[in-house]
This record gives sequence, structure tokens and C-alpha cells, in this order.
Amino acid sequence: MATEFHNLQELRHSASLVTKVFVQRDYSEGTICRFQTKFPSDLDNRIERTLLEETVKTLNSYYVEAEKIGGQSYLEGCLACATAYIVFLCMETRYEKVLKKISGYIQEQNEKIYTPRGLLLTDPIERGMRVLEISVFEDRGSGSSSPSSSMSSSAGSGAR
Amino acid sequence: MHLGVSESMRECEYSQISTRSSTPMETPYKHRTPKRRKWESFPGRNKFCCNGRIMMAKQTGVFYLTLVLILVTCGLFFTFDCPFLALKLTPVIPVIGGVLFLFVLGTLLRTSFTDPGVLPRATPDEAADLERQIDVVNGGTGYRPPPRTKEVVINGQTIKLKYCFTCKIFRPPRASHCSLCDNCVERFDHHCPWVGNCVGRRNYRFFYMFILSLSFLTIFIFSFVITHIILRSHQSGFLNALKDSPASVLEVVVCFFSVWSIVGLSGFHTYLISSNQTTNEDIKGSWSSKRGKDNYNPYSHGNIFTNCCAALCGPLPPSLIDRRGFIQSDAPQLAPPTNGTTMYGATQSQLSHMCDQDQCIQSTKFVLQAATTPLLQQQGSEPVVLTASPENGCSVPGRTSLGQPTPPTSTPSLSCHEATEMLPIHGQCHTHNHSHPLQEPMAHHHFLTPEEMPSPPGMLPCGSPLGHSHTIQAGFYNPASQDSLHEDSVRGLVKLSSV
Repeated sequence: MATEFHNLQELRHSASLVTKVFVQRDYSEGTICRFQTKFPSDLDNRIERTLLEETVKTLNSYYVEAEKIGGQSYLEGCLACATAYIVFLCMETRYEKVLKKISGYIQEQNEKIYTPRGLLLTDPIERGMRVLEISVFEDRGSGSSSPSSSMSSSAGSGAR
Repeated sequence: MHLGVSESMRECEYSQISTRSSTPMETPYKHRTPKRRKWESFPGRNKFCCNGRIMMAKQTGVFYLTLVLILVTCGLFFTFDCPFLALKLTPVIPVIGGVLFLFVLGTLLRTSFTDPGVLPRATPDEAADLERQIDVVNGGTGYRPPPRTKEVVINGQTIKLKYCFTCKIFRPPRASHCSLCDNCVERFDHHCPWVGNCVGRRNYRFFYMFILSLSFLTIFIFSFVITHIILRSHQSGFLNALKDSPASVLEVVVCFFSVWSIVGLSGFHTYLISSNQTTNEDIKGSWSSKRGKDNYNPYSHGNIFTNCCAALCGPLPPSLIDRRGFIQSDAPQLAPPTNGTTMYGATQSQLSHMCDQDQCIQSTKFVLQAATTPLLQQQGSEPVVLTASPENGCSVPGRTSLGQPTPPTSTPSLSCHEATEMLPIHGQCHTHNHSHPLQEPMAHHHFLTPEEMPSPPGMLPCGSPLGHSHTIQAGFYNPASQDSLHEDSVRGLVKLSSV
């Protein structure tokens, strides 16, 4: 009866993909990478609003940090130009470092919050930074009863 | 070529049908071939080298010319002029020349080989989701396709985001679709044949450094070759000087013509950088005050210094297309929805990426061919619709001579559709209206019921598993023989009649 998924492998093996919800980019601040914080209606009974909003806000702040034009980025740019950009062969850019942090964050969020609710976040970099893809899974066995049971399981996991 | 295409279309049909009955996790179309890298099935028209590390445009002839010009001129300078100048004046001259030359070469190669900021095409699920959203917004009834623009307010200016039919995404602001490379590129500046690549967000600074350093190099060589000739003339007369150093004449000629263009270009791009505009925007006059009193550039940081720093020393985003990653053939796909409005979830994502443009063109060709054969009595599709001239009146010069074996009246809309993706940036008349003439033939496809609103091009199962550019070229440049035409029209009919 329990539809709580403990990890990604379990999710993949025992659940079937129902739908994918996409959080689109928000271009109101220009070309900077930012995702809309509007809550998608398809996830209404799957996850609490605040949790998803928190995740998206944190991701947005990471992207702001990556694309920040300031002292460190100027230094990096000038150094790269002076060495005819050869330095990039040995050094990782700040953007890449932040992207690694983002991957780690998404994985952590998946493990703690999303997988127990039958959801899976895909790192936007794998989708060309166009969307934040949220895959919605449903336990194969329970079918339509899963939303309610996943709610109870998420309540259970919340109580822990 | 036609036979091969239709056979693989049938093959794809089979796989589509079987994924409906089985779970999405177990597709019968197992990927038996060894793991391939993503660049090998990249849908754009690009050339990849060194196992995906290097990325260029398809046409690189002019790039090699640039390389030859630079290498030959500098080679001649170092061989014939530098020894004299080093002795007579100072050995610093060849050293500076050498440094400049290496910098020019480095930035040129960096510009040419770097991914300019290509936006990967939408996955089938994303495209389907976008279609759904657009339908919801526009009521979703009737055959009139919804407008494919989204408006967003950036810094007080209303910007229209256009939908790209090829990439199936709403283009971010400042992005544009390059017709030569068939990719959407972020912060698209222009496609430069001299460097053999697009100039976009990720390689603009290299491009600027290249033209700037090349201007310095050209002026440097020009002035020192002149100095060399003058010094020699003092020694042995002007004509003797030219006879002693014939290479100098060639160098002077090359540098003279280059100076005007390269220095001019550097000046132009310096202006663009300081006002934070792209070549594309400048040519279109997007932010010029002539358009309106309140028209200003919302991307500008306000002052020249910040704009320059941001363009040249800002953070460099990584490539979004992951060229060297391996293709994952076991990613879960959505099961196709039962109402059949969208097809994208059913096919393998990589196949549909390659197939979308093929599908539309091939399917339209089949229908056109079917429509012209006498077998087509019960065919309700309207060839008449296809004769309607494109509504937005955009001219498609040179595209009607595609050599297709179709009735001339239908060529404009077909070529216009294909050409919407191919039109140069500043001549873009790429609107949703183009899909209208192609909607009605689509409606008769056996996957859709006539009542449902067909989605824009890309509905049929995949065409060939080859890169789609090969198929398009094969379809357009090799006139089909009558026999295969007839065969194809029969096949098209068989599909249509299985409604």
C-alpha cells in the first residue's frame, strides 16, 4: 500500500511516468537565467506550494551568482584574455563551478523532498536551460489511488 | 532515396504503434548499436571534429581562405621584411609581430571552433507541453493556428518572443535562428563566413579580440613593409628596392585592402559593444530612436565602460549542447495521449529531433503528389489551399527553383514553409501564418481526426534516420524519377486511406 519511494532506483523500477510538468523561463529581468516561480497547477495535490517555490528561488539565486558581473568575473576575463584563453584548458570557469553546485543541490532536493512524493527534478542544464522539468511518477500497482496515498506518505515523511 | 525514406517511415510507424501497447519503459526498439555521442546525431547543420570537441558551420571554404591569407602574409613578412628591419631598426619588431600573429591565430581558432551559444532543440515532451499551453490560451478551436509570439516586459520595454518552428521553443530575448547553421543561437550577432561559424554569446568576445588584433596586425605589417621599402629605396633606389623584395609588394596590396574593411569592422563592433547591441539588432534598428520616442535598449547597463566590461570580461556560460555526452536511449518517455493531439511523446526523442522537418516536408510532398495523380478522387484534401499565396507576403527569392516534382502552384507555400526557417535574420517574416496552408492536408493524416486542431508541422512519424539535412537536400536536389513518384504517391494514398 505504501507508495513512498526511497530512492531514484526504486522510483524508476516500480513507478511509471505519468506526465512531465515544465517550469518555463522568466525573462522579465532580461536574458539572465531565471525560472518562473508561478506554481504549476498540475502539481496541486502532489507537493506543497512553498517547497517548490523555495527550490525555484534557490536555483534562481544560484544562477544570479553564476552570471554576476563583478570583480571576480572581470579578473577571470582579463586573465583569460591575457593568456589568449589558454587558461581555460586547465581552469574551470566560475559559471561551471556554480553549475556543479546546482547539480548537487538538485540531487539533494530530489532525495529529500521530491522522490518521496513521486516527483523528479531534472537539472535545467540537461534541457538547455530552457525549462525546469518535473517528472511526475505514479506507482504502477496503485494507479489512481496513488495521489492520496502519496499525500499521506509525504505527511508521514514530513512528520519524521 | 525516396524508397529508403518511406521504408524507414514505415519502420517508425511500427515502433510508434507498439509503444502504445507496452509500457514506456520497455521499448521494443532497442538500441543495439554501440553508444554514440550526442554530436553524431546533432540536428543542426554543423561540422564536428576531434570527436565533438570542435564545432563549426558546414561551409568552411572562406575560413580556410582567411587562414591562408593570414599565414601567407605573415610568413612573407617574417621571412623577407623582418631580417632587414631587425638589423636596421630593432629586433623588437619581429617579436611584437610574432606576439600579434599568435594572438590573432589563437582568437581566430577560438572563434571558429567554439560553440556560439546554440540552444538545443526542445524535447518532444516540452514541445507537446508548449503546444498544449498555446492551445489553452487561444481557445484551441478551428483551424486557424494561434499566434506564435509571447510578450515580455524587460526593463520597461515590451519585447516579443518568437516561436521557432524548427527548434520548437520560444526564443529567449536576443536569440535568433541562423538559417545557415539551422540552429537557434543565444545573443545572435551574425553568421561570419570568414570565421566559418556563427558569432553569438559564447564566442563574441573572441571574435572581437580577433578583429581588433587583426587590425593592429594589419596596420603593423603595412607600416613596417612601407618602412622597409623606403629604407631600401634610400640605399638602392625605389625600383631596385621592389626588385630585391618582391614579397613586400604582395603584402602591401593585401594589407591595404584589409585595413579598410578590418579596421572599419572593429570600429563598428566597438560601437556595438559600448551600446550593448548585436549586429542583428543594429541592422533591424530595434533600439533606434527613430522607431519611437520611448524606444531604448533595455539590455544596456547605462554606461559605456560597464557595457564593454560585461561583453568582454563577463562570465562565459558553458555550452548547452553537450556534444561529447553519450546518447541515453533508455530515458523514460511519456506514453502518447489517447486523443492523438500530440505525437511527440510516442517516438524516440532523438529520432523525432531529426525527423521533424523531414516529416513535414516529406508528408507534404506525399500529399501533393497524391493530389496530382488521377487515383485521387476521394481525396478530400484541398490542393487549392496550397495555392494560396503566403499571407504575409514575404518573398522567397530563389527558393522556387528547388526542383521538386510538384505542381508549380503549390511550390510557394511549401518552399515558404521551409524557407521560414531559412530566411536571413533581418528579412524575417517568420510567422505562424505559414503553417496555415499546411494544416489542412495534415488534418487528413490517419493519426488525427478531422475535428481536432492539428498541431503545426512535425506530426508524422519520422522520415529517415539520416541527418535531416541530408534528406532535405536529397529530396530537393535530386529530381525523382516518374516511377518512384508514382510509387510514393501510392504509398501516400495508402496511408491516407487508412483513416
